[in-house]
Amino acid sequence: MSTSGQVQNRGQDQGRAWVLRRVRPLGGEPVDVLLADGVIAAWRPAGSTGPDSEGLPPGTTILDADGLILLPGLVDLHTHLREPGREDAETVESGTRAAALGGYTSVFAMANTNPVADTAGVVEQVYRLGIDAGHCDVRPVGAVTVGLGGQRLAELGAMAGSAAGVRVFSDDGHCVSDAQLMRRALEYVKAFDGVVAQHAEEPRLTEGAQMNEGVVAARLGLPGWPAVAEEAIIARDGLLAGHVDSRLHICHVSTAGSVEILRWAKAKGWRVTAEVTPHHLLLTDDLASGYDPVFKVNPPLRTAADVAALRAGLADGTIDCVATDHAPHAAQDKETEWAAARPGMLGLETALSVVIETMVVGGRLDWAGVADRMALAPARIGGLKSPAADASGSVAVGAPATLTLLDPSPWRVVDPQALASRSRNTPYAGRSLPGSVRATFLRGRPTALDGKIV
Amino acid sequence: MKRHLLSTEDLGRDDALLVLDTAERMARVAEASVRKLPTLRGRTVVNLFFEDSTRTRTSFEVAAKRLSADVINFSARGSSVSKGESLKDTAQTLEAMGADAVVCRHPASGAPHRLASWVRGSVVNAGDGTHEHPTQALLDAFTMRRRLGRIEGLRVTIVGDVLHSRVARSNVWLLATLGASVTVVAPPTLLPLGVSSWPVEVSYNLDAVLPKSDVVMMLRVQRERMSAAFFPTEREYSRRYGLDVDRAANLPEHALVMHPGPMVRGMEIASQVADSARSTVVEQVANGVSVRMAVLYLLLGGSGEVV
Repeated sequence: MSTSGQVQNRGQDQGRAWVLRRVRPLGGEPVDVLLADGVIAAWRPAGSTGPDSEGLPPGTTILDADGLILLPGLVDLHTHLREPGREDAETVESGTRAAALGGYTSVFAMANTNPVADTAGVVEQVYRLGIDAGHCDVRPVGAVTVGLGGQRLAELGAMAGSAAGVRVFSDDGHCVSDAQLMRRALEYVKAFDGVVAQHAEEPRLTEGAQMNEGVVAARLGLPGWPAVAEEAIIARDGLLAGHVDSRLHICHVSTAGSVEILRWAKAKGWRVTAEVTPHHLLLTDDLASGYDPVFKVNPPLRTAADVAALRAGLADGTIDCVATDHAPHAAQDKETEWAAARPGMLGLETALSVVIETMVVGGRLDWAGVADRMALAPARIGGLKSPAADASGSVAVGAPATLTLLDPSPWRVVDPQALASRSRNTPYAGRSLPGSVRATFLRGRPTALDGKIV
Repeated sequence: MKRHLLSTEDLGRDDALLVLDTAERMARVAEASVRKLPTLRGRTVVNLFFEDSTRTRTSFEVAAKRLSADVINFSARGSSVSKGESLKDTAQTLEAMGADAVVCRHPASGAPHRLASWVRGSVVNAGDGTHEHPTQALLDAFTMRRRLGRIEGLRVTIVGDVLHSRVARSNVWLLATLGASVTVVAPPTLLPLGVSSWPVEVSYNLDAVLPKSDVVMMLRVQRERMSAAFFPTEREYSRRYGLDVDRAANLPEHALVMHPGPMVRGMEIASQVADSARSTVVEQVANGVSVRMAVLYLLLGGSGEVV
């Protein structure tokens, strides 16, 4: 349970009111925004609200938000919380702590835990751990196949009908490579408006693969992970989704070719969505040159041309959203030779900064665009209740006070030791990134304030 | 010299020539009546071999002993490494023992790079995965220079499993640095996709390249590549890319035939060719000791006159 001397009557938090003074909703003109009863209660003229203003509930806290930007609370469709099974790397508590500090109010917890989240029991356990921690909403993802084995469908309906209300199903870490099984999964989840999130990796083309196949891999003598192994599955599954008129989501798109195929699939009118990770928007495969496995990730870092295509795809909506693929790993799983290391990178506490650097600086997305790609679109894809119709609706009067307050200006140097995650495998260590989350509100209650958990 | 020898890719021309020139002086030690120098007395060289390689390990061992260093052979088999000890723990153990140099052979590309970040001593890459084998390339260059008098301008053809070959990678970079022109010849399946960025010509036709070669370097082809469909059969590989007697006859008079060993006779190279006068296979082994002496001497800053 989180504690704070600042917030009294924690059980009554939703009744507690806040004024965000001179805040800029979606980067627009400053206003005073009143949060009360878990919703955005009013917009008032900028600077007009003080402690003695009329109409404020008793005990209202005034927060000077001059220069800060108000965004809807961020939603991460792709988080590894590692619990149950690898509590040495992350727990639901530590991972959601990282999420709140990164501006997230909902995370979708991936199914590749131990035991695998392939039954109603495991998804309910993860769901309850999320409620107990209280830092953000945790929506468990269910495995598509039993034990992520790719052989038999897991009890998808039981997970959908459980208290966790699972809507997203994924064998992430493994591709559902059997075309017939994938077709059945796509069809089956229609009964409860589910979506299959595919980890697109043709397994035979990536046996032993260590990094992007190309010029750098040839030099480093590391077995290549070819772009075609991702693109072939996206093409196949796009065709399948079109054939059976089902919803398909593609995890962590990493290549320029994938963006082209997605554009084509969407032009056909098929219900295909996709996510890109912050690291694939910023980092490239030449970082493998020192053989430091902190840069080992699956799918691997690609080339500068891929990065440019991913940014363009996210800007024009071909890629619907940003998802972190936050993948904590214990030190001994990264302090090894490259081939022995586990793939994956931390992401929750740096995602918004990376999106600012890659998309906002340079003008590819405005703040409404950031709100869409990091909050509204992932909420829609994941089937969260009542996401606002558009970005402006998400910060309008009446919307849930599930919000992120961002200071866009400061640049900070990422210090792995300062992260809330139990693991330290951030690829941004020592790198300067823009922006800092000043506060995160979940239904009117602050979960993070000034870099500290509330 | 830098502190470590991890690859030839980052080895400058001056340093490469310094190694070759120093190796010449070391070679004279081998010809002397007392084949030992006191220069590394009191220094410890650890041979850290995670792969079996008797020839490379022995070569480094002889080199270190001729320089009077204490040599410790630390083989992964039968040690704590086979019980799951991590490379980092092994590194810390060596560090605690005060190793001045660690000669590392490892099946994972980049393992010596990791090791270099964890130990204070010098790290010599004795072959890492499918990445590099820098002392092999240096001894190959040394052999070419001794036989043909120069490296600059030589036309060197490297034939075989370039994709999986650390010898090929190290030779490509070193020979380019020293001014040779390199052609790699292999079935397209055994070339890396990124070979287009290398300073080499690429050919799929050995017969077309041989008459224009001053040196032809044959790489070992492992039979297990066949099962992964890199080529259909051993016989077809041998017919298209093996150096048999008829093919060798198309080489210029002065051309050398090299092989890093161990050879698969009858597969990539015919016995008669391997044992012919133009073959340098045995010399390469002898030169390996001189080159490795030079590398250890230069990295450890050996004191006193060499010869």
